[in-house]
Amino acid sequence: MKKLYLHDDCIISPLGFTTSKNLENLRSGTTGLQKLNKNDFLDTPICAGIVNSEILTETFAEIGNPQDFTKLEQMMLLAVQGVLDKNPELDLDKTGLIISTTKGNVHLLDDLADFKKERLFLSNLGNIVKDFFGFKLKPIVVSNACISGGLALAVAKKMINAGKFSEAIVVGGDMLSKFVVSGFNSFQALSENDCKPFSKDRTGINLGEAAAAILVSDLPKKNSVNISLVGDASANDANHISGPSRTGEGLYKSIQNSLKEAQISSEAIKAISTHGTATLYNDEMEAIAISRSELGEIPLHSVKGYYGHTLGASALIEAILCKHMMLNREIYPSLNFTENGVSAKINVVTAYQKSINLDYVLKTASGFGGCNLAMIFKKEGENG
Amino acid sequence: MANLGVEHWVRIKNERIILDGEVIFSSEVDIARFLKASFKFLNIKYPKFHKMDRLSKLGFIASEIVLKNNNIDEETALVFSNNSSSLDSDQNYQESVKDFPSPSLFVYTLPNIVLGEISIRHQLKSENVFFIEDEFNANLLIDYSKQLIESKKANKVLCAWLNLHNDEYDVFLWLSSESHKKEASEEQIRKIYDADYD
Repeated sequence: MKKLYLHDDCIISPLGFTTSKNLENLRSGTTGLQKLNKNDFLDTPICAGIVNSEILTETFAEIGNPQDFTKLEQMMLLAVQGVLDKNPELDLDKTGLIISTTKGNVHLLDDLADFKKERLFLSNLGNIVKDFFGFKLKPIVVSNACISGGLALAVAKKMINAGKFSEAIVVGGDMLSKFVVSGFNSFQALSENDCKPFSKDRTGINLGEAAAAILVSDLPKKNSVNISLVGDASANDANHISGPSRTGEGLYKSIQNSLKEAQISSEAIKAISTHGTATLYNDEMEAIAISRSELGEIPLHSVKGYYGHTLGASALIEAILCKHMMLNREIYPSLNFTENGVSAKINVVTAYQKSINLDYVLKTASGFGGCNLAMIFKKEGENG
Repeated sequence: MANLGVEHWVRIKNERIILDGEVIFSSEVDIARFLKASFKFLNIKYPKFHKMDRLSKLGFIASEIVLKNNNIDEETALVFSNNSSSLDSDQNYQESVKDFPSPSLFVYTLPNIVLGEISIRHQLKSENVFFIEDEFNANLLIDYSKQLIESKKANKVLCAWLNLHNDEYDVFLWLSSESHKKEASEEQIRKIYDADYD
């Protein structure tokens, strides 16, 4: 089985329009969430990670006509552009393109504006990215709830192993809409304040919008430290379509299977990037799965306190952040943690940590439909 | 490279259900009544069925037929695809937003919910993925399934095209597993999908 090496990336989010700007804010503990009493989504106040449309439009105008593209498309195209800028030699005739989103342009159901109805179809979103840059291969679109962004990396790995291409750009994105915000609100899952993953006083999730793109390859960068995806596994809970398993069954199984593929035991894991949405049930389930995997002592964080839950982008953004933590030997703090509010013992990182050797990092994600995903990243080439 | 064969397949289109080439059920009615009659035809008790959205009902019926009398375990993966995602339920939920946003409609506004429904029914604790395509593309499903089986992440794979748009349904499921005989090629699978069965 070939490894999947993580190369250049770009994150477009309320924390900034470059990865480095995002990392600066993560290190200083600066959130991208904002409280809005009046907002476009609900009659009640919300707290969410919103990308400033004016700044986005201004930035996008440098590469295309903002009127021709939805907010989501602009974010995704800018993310891909950010990766291509660093890789001008990339041969787009042979590069795979994998798109991850949960709801795409679903806001157009409410009002098409000047867009055609086709824009509602997720495969169309793939074609928009393909045609904008002139990719030749047919895009692969993954829509598998909140694990989509991470699953897209696992798809890239499988398609590279199937010999379909040796390099690919994986792009994930979702935007806020009345549709999505009212839906989560109907579940009474939203918090009006900054979310508090794993805390006793957590009151629910914040939603966010963002896009991210990353170049992946079956080859490492020469003369450089490399991060690769060495284990990935998904498993369904087979328990409930809108609530996670109480025993963490599917996530536990995903972690075990990803360790198996990475050919390591749980002791090798040095940090965990959790899903950590700050709902009562997700955090409890995740903590149980982590504890069952004998990872209760391992430093972990959730970045939902910075971004909110960015749905189809979240697991991809978090995988990209894992890469940078490993390269920079650092762990970004989990914002807003107060007191352990889950039944299992876990080790939440509350302050920025430096000079930590992260050989192996575990990324977890779970979503509606009972889906779970675990990924293991490995650092190699530090001393030669 | 693993050789994948087709154990059984089911096709649901134009008010008919076809299993391995044979029409096993037909009913000349609209989709709502077709789904109801098909469920009755299954002759099972499963109250959860009635709560599902139409995409999940289609996927449930098709998987019930193809997995019946089949020896599967919890490592049978689900590799599904369609064109319209959950648009049918998205439209229903969007309607409810105007008055009272309905959580029971919202939960079905993701294409992979049907994977959860099938997993619950058959206790599959396996790899899941849902792809969105312009049109039926057997290649992606075959390639992905082969990788799952070669990397020992699945013993068998239930592959599907499960599309529902504007009351028109187009369903094709097949149970794929390692074959010691001949491999089922993309052309052969495409042929099953394209055939008329008159």
